[in-house]
Amino acid sequence: MSKILIVAEHLDGALNSSTARCVSCAKEIGAEAIEVLVLAADPAGIAAEAATIDGVTRVLTVARAENAHALAAVYAPQVAAAVKAGGYSHLLAPSTTFGKDVLPRVAALLGVAQVSDISAVEGPHAFRRPIYAGNAIISVKAPADQVLVGTVRTASYAAAAAGGSTAPVEALAIEASLPAHTRFVELASGKSDRPDLQSAARVVSGGRALGSAENFDIIYALADKLGAAVGASRAAVDAGYVPNELQVGQTGKIIAPDLYIAVGISGAIQHLTGIKDAGTIVAINKDADAPIFEVADIGLVGDLFKLVPELTAAL
Amino acid sequence: MKILVGYKRVVDFNVRIQVKPDGSGVVTDGVKLSANPFDDIALEEALRLREKGIASEVVLATIGPADAQAHIRNGLAMGANRAIHVVTADAIQPLTAARTLLKLVEREQPDLVIVGKQAIDDDCNQTGQMLAALWDRPQATFASKVEVEGGTARVTREVDAGLETIEVDLPAVITTDLRLNEPRFIKLPDIMKAKSKPIESIEFASLGVESGDHLETTSHAPPARRSRGVMVKDVAELVSALKAKGLA
Repeated sequence: MSKILIVAEHLDGALNSSTARCVSCAKEIGAEAIEVLVLAADPAGIAAEAATIDGVTRVLTVARAENAHALAAVYAPQVAAAVKAGGYSHLLAPSTTFGKDVLPRVAALLGVAQVSDISAVEGPHAFRRPIYAGNAIISVKAPADQVLVGTVRTASYAAAAAGGSTAPVEALAIEASLPAHTRFVELASGKSDRPDLQSAARVVSGGRALGSAENFDIIYALADKLGAAVGASRAAVDAGYVPNELQVGQTGKIIAPDLYIAVGISGAIQHLTGIKDAGTIVAINKDADAPIFEVADIGLVGDLFKLVPELTAAL
Repeated sequence: MKILVGYKRVVDFNVRIQVKPDGSGVVTDGVKLSANPFDDIALEEALRLREKGIASEVVLATIGPADAQAHIRNGLAMGANRAIHVVTADAIQPLTAARTLLKLVEREQPDLVIVGKQAIDDDCNQTGQMLAALWDRPQATFASKVEVEGGTARVTREVDAGLETIEVDLPAVITTDLRLNEPRFIKLPDIMKAKSKPIESIEFASLGVESGDHLETTSHAPPARRSRGVMVKDVAELVSALKAKGLA
């Protein structure tokens, strides 16, 4: 039977819900053990949170000062050592910038292939994943005699809930020499009270049609009224209207909110790939032929500068 | 300083991808092929470092069939000094690509390897990281800004939380994100000049790379299609529709 290790994603002492989504994927694979590995300078709080995720059977921690920041070159040798020492059959991480950075490095150290962006499980060594910006879905088979290394497409899995029980938390002793050639300098992060875009149930997104950073205020106002996160198309980020972490799409965030309102977004393939698993897509655009209307559940053609404030007021 | 640039040929990003009815693959016959856009960004960054006097030589490396020449010529026209073409008729997977690039790294001893963060065909986002691991050197992925000084590179990366800056000792691998730069257009005189730039062909088998092609693709399918929904004529109708779904 499978024994699965999940590398926990966390920031500033808080566990990222992407970890619980990996647990859901692990459950689909089916395993006698689903364990979470927490690498941090001070893993206690993060580990305690991971231990309450339904389905987790054990949490392992590696506390080292070098683990204060998720540097791939520092984490990877430790993860590889943990996989070998624990005899795991599967190693998973979320397909977020964290998992995308670290996991391939671990796969190469283990000498195995990686399955990126697992969107469905077909068997313990068989998965589906998107290619060509989601324009094709492939089924892949991995060798059963190798550790399966995979990143989990977080939009494809709900976060496993906090369960009734708490798994044991144990410190893991790792023998690994860590490099000094990579150093963290700083993280510039837009701190916000708004919901996190990656996991929000509602998202309001703006495109280049907004025309300026100031005009994005109407998007923020609508989002606030709905208790929603704010997203943007690549064009809006490129134009400098909003910071990069708001980008939704093939090379930004892939999300699956219950409600996605696309304002002034034409609906390029690369954007749609980021939202195709949303519950309800609403589009507001002055161009009736915009491709977004081909996938929107509810479409409204008109001037966003009039309609969006009207919508905010009406809610 | 020498920079090695990974340059993969892929289906052009403008092409409307179609899955073959028998599920055996996507239609590539007669379809436009180009350099992976992220790899053009990688090449552009290398050229800028050379123009700043930081690098002295930019070498393109591509792994592909013998007739995959056009994108190499374009890369040379953009300004690369020379190219290495590892010839193989088979599509290879990231681990194999990383092992192959490592052979070239051992030969060329570059101070920097710059590759696109992902290829727009398989969207794997692995090769640069795997190469860094095998080379036992740093990786700076999803770069949106690169500054090289002395023997280190300061790289700003686009991450989910915002912009992270790290410092890496050279030699290192950098993978490019979309906003790192805008690649230059090729002008006709550059294309003419590029005809005399060397392309070295190496047979893949001669490199002695152990294949890392462990994954077998068993089928291709088109994505589940969302169907067109309803059009509403004003905000009042939109609000009603949202309330009917329990979303407002």
